[in-house]
Amino acid sequence: MAEVQLSIKNLHKSYDRLDVLKGVDLDVHKGEVVVLLGPSGCGKSTLLRCINGLETINEGTITLDGEVISGKSQAEMSKYRQKIGMVFQSYDLFPHKNIIDNITMAPRKVQGRDRVSAEKEARDLLARVGLLDKEKAFPRMLSGGQKQRVAIVRALEMHPEMMLFDEVTAALDPEMVREVLDVMLELAGQGLTMLIVTHEMAFARAIADRIIFMDGGHIVEQSDPETFFTHPKTDRAKEFLENFEFVARKRKNDSV
Amino acid sequence: MLVLAIDAAREPAISILFRGNNFVRLLGGLWVTIRISMISAVLSIPLGILFGIFMMRKNPAAKAVSRVYLDFIRIMPQLVLLFIVYFGTTRAFGINLSGELSAIIVFVLWGTAEMGDLVRGALSSIPKHQYESAAALGMTPMEINIYVIIPQTLRRLIPLAINLITRMIKTTSLIVLIGVVEVLKTGQQIIDANRFAFPTAALPIYGVIFFLYFFTCWPISLLAKYLEKRWKN
Ligand SMILES: Nc1ncnc2c1ncn2[C@@H]1O[C@H](COP(=O)(O)OP(=O)(O)OP(=O)(O)O)[C@@H](O)[C@H]1O
Ligand SMILES: [Mg+2]
Repeated sequence: MAEVQLSIKNLHKSYDRLDVLKGVDLDVHKGEVVVLLGPSGCGKSTLLRCINGLETINEGTITLDGEVISGKSQAEMSKYRQKIGMVFQSYDLFPHKNIIDNITMAPRKVQGRDRVSAEKEARDLLARVGLLDKEKAFPRMLSGGQKQRVAIVRALEMHPEMMLFDEVTAALDPEMVREVLDVMLELAGQGLTMLIVTHEMAFARAIADRIIFMDGGHIVEQSDPETFFTHPKTDRAKEFLENFEFVARKRKNDSV
Repeated sequence: MLVLAIDAAREPAISILFRGNNFVRLLGGLWVTIRISMISAVLSIPLGILFGIFMMRKNPAAKAVSRVYLDFIRIMPQLVLLFIVYFGTTRAFGINLSGELSAIIVFVLWGTAEMGDLVRGALSSIPKHQYESAAALGMTPMEINIYVIIPQTLRRLIPLAINLITRMIKTTSLIVLIGVVEVLKTGQQIIDANRFAFPTAALPIYGVIFFLYFFTCWPISLLAKYLEKRWKN
């Protein structure tokens, strides 16, 4: 197996008195696509946010490429965040900049890349996600699905070693979900290390090398997607999957 | 003498403007108005920015202090503030402030409070996600402020700040009452001095003053509207 890229040991995180993560251990290998599943409020977003230092952790260590990245100051953290791309659920493009400037801002200001080459790369990436004609548009002129594709491109342009996706399609209209998931599938095919939180079960099954199931602040179960979706080991995972089946069946009935 | 006065009375009242240096005097008065407004604005804007940032602090004492200051300035009519500073300081401390200086003090106190509230509003209208997505791209807190937060804050703020300046210009008309000879007072002086020669001078003089105010404030608010529209997103 490939080398370990991200290693999380005994991670604890609480907000005030609420313990959200109660000792999470997780290794992610280079090029691996890990999908995090779990009921709402179990701490999936919190885990992703701890990894790139948007939340300070209470205990444990996070290591990226053998270097400890937890417990750093915000200024120090910015160095590691360049290696970890993140896309959020809410559309979070910079509204005062057009699409190409959104994409090239951080490479130019943070990595000191020159405008011409940054813009050339941005155009290549935009072409790959089918948005080349939008380079001069402003975020307000884009649909939700288009904004999320730009957000992915913006993160990729930093040449991250791994990407974190937190329910990037959850706020989208159903007809726009596919275009964003397709981009992620393509990235997974190229060997980018990815840690994905999603509620799209079919997508999880298709993209994941490994499924992590979290509940109550712990990793309860992990396995390859086939095993997880066909023979979940724990009752909690079974229950979780049954709820989804119920939702899916209910949707089918509604549409009849 | 009598003949002369009758002669003058037959002239249309508007011609009073072109008598002697009357129009230039009005412009001089307008300059006093503009000077006081501009000095106050130039001082209020940076102080207001600092005050706005101060208001964003979570510290309860900082919150209480800024709340009291803002409410006090807002509740007090500006005229009362002008009287307190102009007459009050003389009584209380024996300091004799000129009318113009008192006016600037009051307008800076008022402008700082209003500007601070605008800054606070603009800053808190920037969603948390803007900070986080910039941070996730590896920007340092300093870079986030320079490239993401401040540009967005300014776009919201500048049109509002410009409107505040026009409000200041209009409110300077109150400072007649603490003896500052600005455009309104100059107009009154001209009317008084020509009471017999031009008994109906009030209308043209105040009419001209109206246009002077209008043509001072109108371009400014057009600019504010233009910027607001351009930066809307
Ligand atoms: N900033 C915060 N302050 C206090 N509590 C928080 C904060 N952020 C999250 N929480 C709480 O921590 C718990 C875990 O939240 P988290 O967002 O990580 O859940 P999640 O697994 O991502 O859920 P979902 O599937 O609904 O997105 C929840 O109970 C939530 O209310
Ligand atoms: Mg979440």
